[in-house]
Amino acid sequence: MAFFEKLKAGLAKTKQLLQTDIRDLLKAGEILDEPKLTEFEKRLLRTDMGVAAADAIMDELRAKHLGRTVVLDDIWQTVKDKLKSLLRGDGNSNWDSENPLSPLKLSSTKPSVILVAGVNGAGKTTSIAKLAKLLISTGNSVVLAAGDTFRAAAVEQLTLWSQRLGCDIVTKPSGTDPASVAFVGCEQALSTGKDVVIVDTAGRLQTSQNLMQELTKIHRVIGKKIPGAPHESLLVLDATTGQNGLSQARNFSDATQCTGLILAKLDGTAKGGVAVAIRQQMGIPVKYVGVGEGIDDLQVFSPDNFVDALFA
Amino acid sequence: MFESISNRLRGAFSFLGGKLTEANIRDGMQQVRKALLEADVNYEVVNSFVTTVTEQAVGEAVLKSVRPSEQIIGIVNDELINLMGPVDHSFHFQKDGLTILMMCGLQGSGKTTTCGKLARMLKDQGKKPMLVAADLQRPAAVDQLKVIGDQISVPVHAEEPGKSTPLAVCQNGIKEAKRRGDINVIILDTAGRLHVDDELMQELEQIDNKCQPHQVYLVCDAMTGQDAVNSAKAFNDAMELDGVILTKLDGDTRGGAALSVKYVTGVPIKFIGMGEQLDKLEPFHPDRMAGRILGMGDIVSLVEKAQMHLDEKEMADAQAKMAAGKFTLKDFQKSMKQIRKLGPMGEVMKMIPGMGGMVDAMQGFGDPDKDMSHIDGIINSMTPWERDHPDKIDRSRRNRIARGSGSAPNEITNLLKQFEAMSGMMAKMSNMGFLERMRAVQEISKGGMAIPGLDTPTQKMRSARGPADPIAAREALKKKRKAERDNKKKNRRR
Repeated sequence: MAFFEKLKAGLAKTKQLLQTDIRDLLKAGEILDEPKLTEFEKRLLRTDMGVAAADAIMDELRAKHLGRTVVLDDIWQTVKDKLKSLLRGDGNSNWDSENPLSPLKLSSTKPSVILVAGVNGAGKTTSIAKLAKLLISTGNSVVLAAGDTFRAAAVEQLTLWSQRLGCDIVTKPSGTDPASVAFVGCEQALSTGKDVVIVDTAGRLQTSQNLMQELTKIHRVIGKKIPGAPHESLLVLDATTGQNGLSQARNFSDATQCTGLILAKLDGTAKGGVAVAIRQQMGIPVKYVGVGEGIDDLQVFSPDNFVDALFA
Repeated sequence: MFESISNRLRGAFSFLGGKLTEANIRDGMQQVRKALLEADVNYEVVNSFVTTVTEQAVGEAVLKSVRPSEQIIGIVNDELINLMGPVDHSFHFQKDGLTILMMCGLQGSGKTTTCGKLARMLKDQGKKPMLVAADLQRPAAVDQLKVIGDQISVPVHAEEPGKSTPLAVCQNGIKEAKRRGDINVIILDTAGRLHVDDELMQELEQIDNKCQPHQVYLVCDAMTGQDAVNSAKAFNDAMELDGVILTKLDGDTRGGAALSVKYVTGVPIKFIGMGEQLDKLEPFHPDRMAGRILGMGDIVSLVEKAQMHLDEKEMADAQAKMAAGKFTLKDFQKSMKQIRKLGPMGEVMKMIPGMGGMVDAMQGFGDPDKDMSHIDGIINSMTPWERDHPDKIDRSRRNRIARGSGSAPNEITNLLKQFEAMSGMMAKMSNMGFLERMRAVQEISKGGMAIPGLDTPTQKMRSARGPADPIAAREALKKKRKAERDNKKKNRRR
């Protein structure tokens, strides 16, 4: 699967960073003491996973390895296991790399609605295009609803994508209430019998209450048109984001009951470790990862591969 | 979510009874370290920062100061300001001819919007800017810049994305500007790129070499985490940056990236983006940023904001009425409206030193903004006469107001009671100076939070007998013991 390679390439730099230093630091046979553990904490914190998640892993390491001779493979295993279990959570998420749609909970009755939100510049529109490609290539028909009626040329950006993908798009003039765009999108999908509606929204900072209320309204309006919708409410998170990601997840979830994350821009040197913290503290799972600018660069998230690629 | 670092420090030191040792300082510094990490300051930067500050704190007279935690916060604050400064908000224009500015950064950091904001700012300063749309990568980026150019009436040079290269667009843009003759600043908007993408970084270097921009600015998302240093360093290595513009600071991010980027590249931060509208670009102030990273409030920005948004005459009116004890519900409503212009209450309160922690504590008490709308609704349901004579509201009036505003009758009673208490206090406060008033407000906020009877005094009450200064007390005790020992020795010898 290309996922593993791409993710690995994206995370290669992290891996080097994590490995070389620790290999130098921990020579087999020595006793693992606090100062050496602190060095380890450093590598964890550098991934942006935050103090709380790093502490959870450090506690595990302390309990299992502190004061004993260093067996590097065992320590790796502990870290990996802990990270994987943090990411898997209570096992209610499904990631099947063979089936690109496995993370999504789509409705049995047409159409399913996917609401996509996020802060400015997180990569919402690009992620939507990639997601639409994934859905189309697995035989679903898609309607895009260009709900970003605020930013200059955002509608044009999504329209260009829809032309490239050959799917329907619903647009309204700039400044229109985005909820009405979402409503018309759902209506059109119902009348033309399409499988999936993806609703784009304007980027907004989670602290602007009015805009968050607007998001709640979009969520509500969709639910009015199609009971039970939106079936998925995805938050797009920039992998370079630090601890503010937690605040983003919390506030967006309050507004739209997030069901999952798309971790975008994972192809840089950033690791998106804050996803671990979000999973740990709020239980929101990562569903997809964006690993490049191409239309095919959206992959099903896999905790095993994510962690393995980090420490392989 | 974030405990304010100053509160933490006070917590760390308070149970030590004010006695400070080197070990205690290191303990306190661990709190500083954690807070900085949670503010997304880079790990390496945090460590070297903490080391420097610890040395300073141990070496200085902190041990003997009356309020050691305050002094340590002071040192941390000063050092932060020191690291993020000095600032230089000028553009260094060419004396004659064309000044070329170039923007670069990662995808989604806000380059295009910032270009628009910069152009607007320059235009306000009397310059004649022009924008060049060199982002041919992202679909419709060119359109976005065109729309922005229209909004601020600034010319935009753009070419068909499929038929040109970024370098050619920039070169043609500069030619065009020179040909027009009425342009003196040109801003190049380049495509967002990852700092590990060699091909695109080379493209950027090429533009840098061929177009020779006078200033290159990196646009950096303030929410960036540990990775901020990597990208900033890579961009700086490729092109030698002249300044950094930090965007999206209108959110609740602590903005630790500011410290990291400045620390690693040494490039000054010039401006900060405070909102999506094109006038939301502000000069960077390290002291305010330090307060933000530490969660210490930003009274200067608040006062500036107040000056910008509040109607001075109305505020003076209200104040005169308060002083005369003639403050009515109508005036109260007016003042409330004024204050709400400053933004969401949570944000406003965060700017008041010492109130930052309150905001988090209040999470459970509902949304202050909603409460304010609710109060507004209640007052709107009163007749003008009732607003002037709140004491004349009897039961039947109260019930009518409750029905009119969709609230319970006891809410009206509560509001009236609070208003009565408040107007008494306000009459008192209006005779105080500014600082006294600030203190009074903080007292109220503390008092409001405390559970009666469970009040935990921040500082242990000292008895009238002992001296208030713990260090002097300790010294006195030492002297007494030494004298006793000396006495014993003398007695033995005899």
